[in-house]
Amino acid sequence: MARQLVRNPLSLLGIIIVVVFVIIATFAPLIAPPPEGHLNHYMIPRDGYSATPQPPSEEHIFGTTQGQYDIFYGVIWGTRSAFQVGLIVIGIVLVIGIVLGSLAGYFGGFVDEVIMRITDVFMAFPGLILAMAIVAVLGPSLRSVMIALTVVAWPSYARLIRGDILQVREEDFIEASRGLGASSMRVIIRHALPNAIYPTLVMASLDIGAIVLAAAALSFLGLGAPEGYADWGQLTSFARNWIVGPPLNPFKYWYAVTIPGLFILFFVLGWNLLGDAFRDILDPRLARR
Amino acid sequence: MKDLVRIRDLSVRFYTYEGVVHAIDDLDLDIKQGETLGIVGETGSGKSMTALAILRLIPYPGKIESGSIVFCDKDSGGELELLKLKEDRMRAIRGNKISMVFQEPGAALNPVFTIGDQISEVFLLHRRQELGRQAKQRVDSLLSDGNGLAAGLKRPFWLWQSRLYSKIAEGPHPLEPRFLSHLPLFRRLLWRLKDEAGLLTVDMLKDVEIPDAARVAAHYPHELSGGMKQRAVIAMALACSPKLLIADEPTTSLDVTIQAQMLELFRRIKADKGASVIFVTHNLGVASEVCDRLAVMYAGRLCEVANVEEIFLHPSHPYTKALLNAVPIPGKELQTIPGALADALNPPSGCRFHPRCPSAMPMCQQERPKLKEIGKDHMVACYLF
Amino acid sequence: MVKAVDGVSLAVKRGQWLGLVGESGCGKTTLAKTVVRLLKPTSGHIYFDVPDVVKAEIEALESAGNNSGKLTSLLKENDLGTFSGARVRLLRRRAQLVHQDPFTSLDPRMKLKDIVAEPLRIHRVLSGEAQKTAVKELLGTVGLSAGQLGRYPHQFSGGQRQRIAIARALATKPEFVAFDEPTSALDVSVQAQILNLLKDLKKEFGLTYLYITHELLIAESVCDYIAVMYLGNVVEMGRPEEIFHTPHHPYSQSLVAATPVPDPKRRVGRILLPGEVPSPANPPPGCTFHPRCSQATNECRESEPELKLVRNDHYVACFHPL
Repeated sequence: MARQLVRNPLSLLGIIIVVVFVIIATFAPLIAPPPEGHLNHYMIPRDGYSATPQPPSEEHIFGTTQGQYDIFYGVIWGTRSAFQVGLIVIGIVLVIGIVLGSLAGYFGGFVDEVIMRITDVFMAFPGLILAMAIVAVLGPSLRSVMIALTVVAWPSYARLIRGDILQVREEDFIEASRGLGASSMRVIIRHALPNAIYPTLVMASLDIGAIVLAAAALSFLGLGAPEGYADWGQLTSFARNWIVGPPLNPFKYWYAVTIPGLFILFFVLGWNLLGDAFRDILDPRLARR
Repeated sequence: MKDLVRIRDLSVRFYTYEGVVHAIDDLDLDIKQGETLGIVGETGSGKSMTALAILRLIPYPGKIESGSIVFCDKDSGGELELLKLKEDRMRAIRGNKISMVFQEPGAALNPVFTIGDQISEVFLLHRRQELGRQAKQRVDSLLSDGNGLAAGLKRPFWLWQSRLYSKIAEGPHPLEPRFLSHLPLFRRLLWRLKDEAGLLTVDMLKDVEIPDAARVAAHYPHELSGGMKQRAVIAMALACSPKLLIADEPTTSLDVTIQAQMLELFRRIKADKGASVIFVTHNLGVASEVCDRLAVMYAGRLCEVANVEEIFLHPSHPYTKALLNAVPIPGKELQTIPGALADALNPPSGCRFHPRCPSAMPMCQQERPKLKEIGKDHMVACYLF
Repeated sequence: MVKAVDGVSLAVKRGQWLGLVGESGCGKTTLAKTVVRLLKPTSGHIYFDVPDVVKAEIEALESAGNNSGKLTSLLKENDLGTFSGARVRLLRRRAQLVHQDPFTSLDPRMKLKDIVAEPLRIHRVLSGEAQKTAVKELLGTVGLSAGQLGRYPHQFSGGQRQRIAIARALATKPEFVAFDEPTSALDVSVQAQILNLLKDLKKEFGLTYLYITHELLIAESVCDYIAVMYLGNVVEMGRPEEIFHTPHHPYSQSLVAATPVPDPKRRVGRILLPGEVPSPANPPPGCTFHPRCSQATNECRESEPELKLVRNDHYVACFHPL
């Protein structure tokens, strides 16, 4: 499988992008060292209080945004918060989705009905709107964004797993396991899930990018990380007023919105390519056998 | 008897991820006119591939490497080298002169079309001119007999249809009907072709002993049982009276009593239509029921080919003997063949059967034995002869 | 409602090889799966190794219409149709089923050693070194080498996979094994090997077999006793030679006549059965075979025949046995 991953140029690109981001996130303190005495590393250091963004210079490689927050620092440390948001949300969502989805799929009947109606309730709301409502209730912070996105994302995973488990449940080897005397728990965990989990894992890797994008959207709207937090969405939120510059020079403050935007773009692209690559590898392999 | 199909030096290889598989290895086989040839073998013997190779339907990643398959068709004059034909000429042969019946009738039928539609499709593809002629006759009779207001209103359409159908009846690729068949409303002018095809379809269904043929033709595949579906598939295959019918394990997925009916049907087809049949099977009992001659294959090669009585009374190749001994017959000791089937990727050298052969000689490991004639129409590939 | 199995009474003696023969839809697979409790019976009783005295007592209580606690507790103890939880698990150690398709009955993501060790783990019979040794021994008895323990099912051939399934079924040393057409997906030569293996295993471990097949030839050559099923009923039971040479039920007769034998001289004199097997969801009234039977009379259309003894150990369910 690793061979096939590397062979396809697009999936190779995806891996490279993701690996680059991992490196950036891991070595953030070295790449963008926080200034002396700076306590909370996730708050972007300010160089003054002027509202106008400053273009890239020696001191500030990517320039500064509204309020003189260093963009370079912001995007580098923003990588860390992006990974945090993405991995934590997807991690929790996977756990909830797998548990509920496999219970619903394997047992069927009443359990299935109840769980599916609950997912119906959550899926009835448009995702971003529900997330905004939850964040508004909990108060804007990165933690509320994560909670909100978890609540919005889990139903699709439960449904997906349920569908795959429904399919796997009819296989002979599941019946054979029951025939050996295996308990339902054993059958689900040892047999059904390992055979049904692949489409879900593919969706999860695609979703890491989507979750980060949604978190950025929420931050852009002011419902996410607090002001000055090193978060890509936060940075774009700062750039809100500076997307279009003065009439004669509309791209004057391009660095304020473009640079954080590019980081978001490449992050999502990397995970998307990786997820596509997983799907292409896993599907034909299952079909070929 | 004259030859209908001559296969010489046929080689089919599969280029898979793990290596090259020699699905068929230098095969020489003849099918005579009007005979039912059975090809018997186990998994990996190449029997299904032989059937597919004749119709050039080998799936990817397989390739017909070399060899020749000559099809002697009296009507179109002389001999056709099937492997060298262009694809459109090959398509004119498939379903028309040579047709195939597959193992799973449920998979061979399109679930969203009725049985009648699917069989009519064969007529519409290959008998278009004849259908055109029939349709024109019907329209012409309407034109001459039609009286009254309704007939008068429809007259221009009938005239148009008559002209269209005569064009279809004449030429292979008439322009106007083809053009019209793509336009949404105008293609309704050609509906009589489907109608005529439908009549031929019902006749065909009656031929394969489907009760209440007209009603069944309007059914969808899932509404029929396995045996009926297989009969419908056979009807599709026989629609254009092919010279050669290839049946790839057609009764394997059917119940025993239904299989008996199906074998009786095959015997009748042979008697009535005079078509040659290639019957691929792994069941020796079935083979002895339907076939005149039997070819035994192992690991892509031909081991023995002879008349059915010869094969069962005097099996010569060790593999044929072992196969007959392995069939469970009440009261008889079940004898197994030691070892496992030849590995497709790494087959044994020389004679493929030598690791499992009780009479293996050092020579068998080195070079592949050639087909030798040891009796009337009885050929064996073994160094014992 | 589909009556997959309709009022079947069958007994498998200890050490017997009982063959269950029939075509699709006759209920043989359902019957086998119900016997090992993969399916729950809708009504009726299934007794596994229950002494005759107890069975007689239950029967007496039932026919007396006695619905007392005694009857219920007796049934709970002995009728495996009522078993649940721990009792079913105990049953699983003693009765096993080998599936038809070796290509789907093994978990494709489990290694060979885990597949065969699973029953030992589930029932906590052995662990650690003892478990590994037992696994190797089991593989040895079915003719597989221990060097392939780390492989996955797709790396084995059909015949080898079926051997793995058999090894798995024998892990807890059961007394009774049901086989659901174990060789129908296999080649002729491999089938012969598996049948010989089953013979050897039966002798070595003193097993009792319930063997389902649609091929009469196999049943005739390996089984001690045969029951022929049609549309949810047992229509004839007897010794293989008798069923093959002197079938008494018209269906058995056509089954024997329809079975192709590799002998070119046996082509003539075939009795063709008209029509199709009816759907089990809509069985014909009376004797389910009557629409296709050449001997059907009004009686056959109205009432269902019972299994009656016609000769020693030979039963037929027919109003006009041949």
